[in-house]
Amino acid sequence: MNTFWHLVRRDITLARRQGASSFLGVAFFVIAVSLFPFAVGPDPLILASIGAGIIWVAALLATLLSLDRLFQADFEDGSLDTLVLAPQPLVALVLAKTLAHWLTTTLPLIIAAPLLAMFMALPASAFTMLMVSMLVGTPALSFIGAVGAALTVGMRRGGVLLSLLILPLYIPVLIFGVGALGAAMLGQDGSSALMLLGAFSLVSLVLAPLGAAAALRLALE
Amino acid sequence: MPRLHRFANPMRFARLSKAVLPWMAVLTILLIGTGLYWALLASPADYQQKDSVRIMYVHVPAAWMGLFIYVSMAVSSAAGLIWRHPLADIAAKSCAPIGAGFTLVALVTGALWGQPMWGTWWVWDGRLTSMLILLFLYLGYMALWQAYDEPGKASRAAAILALVGVINVPIIHFSVEWWNTLHQPASVFKVGGPSIDPSMLWPLLVMALGFTTYFVVVLLWRMRAEILARRIHVLMMQQAAS
Repeated sequence: MNTFWHLVRRDITLARRQGASSFLGVAFFVIAVSLFPFAVGPDPLILASIGAGIIWVAALLATLLSLDRLFQADFEDGSLDTLVLAPQPLVALVLAKTLAHWLTTTLPLIIAAPLLAMFMALPASAFTMLMVSMLVGTPALSFIGAVGAALTVGMRRGGVLLSLLILPLYIPVLIFGVGALGAAMLGQDGSSALMLLGAFSLVSLVLAPLGAAAALRLALE
Repeated sequence: MPRLHRFANPMRFARLSKAVLPWMAVLTILLIGTGLYWALLASPADYQQKDSVRIMYVHVPAAWMGLFIYVSMAVSSAAGLIWRHPLADIAAKSCAPIGAGFTLVALVTGALWGQPMWGTWWVWDGRLTSMLILLFLYLGYMALWQAYDEPGKASRAAAILALVGVINVPIIHFSVEWWNTLHQPASVFKVGGPSIDPSMLWPLLVMALGFTTYFVVVLLWRMRAEILARRIHVLMMQQAAS
């Protein structure tokens, strides 16, 4: 357990010292969303009707972009070998790295989300639901993404392959995330979609680290 | 299980598959021939959809096969991962293009059927959409095989992906259906109605059986080709070394 938190703290420190990585993810998120008003026109009614979906898709893509860094740096400098050889189960260490990744790259996106909701003319009543649904749903993105990142670690041009492997698996998160938000915007109860989103996150929390650990062992052979 | 392991020997597989293949091929031709005649000529046209209902006899079995082959691929992948049988890995690898082909056939025939029935080539209907996602999963799986140089490593990486995928297939399927019913009523897809007359059900089942034997034939063919390709590769390596 101690090692777990040490690893989380180490990855957070690394991300903080490199500085730019969290910021770049948020910058991508903001720019990607602000492209849409140019594409579909500034009409607030249109923006509000597609805003929830666009924010979620941009969050998905921002997560995807950051994923290839999840194991790559450790793979290159050899610390991944140490992690695999460590007495602690690799599954727990994968979990720690994924948690740190979520804290350093996805949490900033959630904090930036209300700003984008304002850009997309979403009603103020939807802001809370946007943040709650992202808080509940994005862990699934990180965990499933970890499997893809582990499968493509050490590959040249792994990023394109990663998107092909992972994006189809993200579709349920997108559906339920936007579903919860859409229900809230219509003044309905979005809790059923939110619960399904939570269930998906929890299942991926349990199963995905197993796959990611197996894939990492394979990559280091 | 040990009884099953006997068939995992590539040499024994090569002999057995060679003996079985011609019979399976003949059976496939008979089944699909009968099925096509029955479906296209002998079965009645739908009172509402007229003759375009006959697309169903290709469309529905192809969609079934797309899903069935994905599950077969995942089962072989699990066997390959657990017992490290190269033959199971080869089976999984050989499944993917066939399954992707059937999924594509289901999508294309679905579009051809949708044009006269719904007036549009594509509808974001729940079942159509989940077939499209299934095609993406197949493509990702095949791309992962391509990305590795060593077949041993590629097979295990692809097996992990296939297992992650097979857990997700039902989740994706149900979430897409849920999403669809949220946006539009399900009345669109009830064209044929859920109950089907025996005069249509039987040709459909014959076609499905024919598609299954076709899958077995092509799978055995692909597996034999893959085994031979690996043997050639080994021989060439030996030649280069000596």
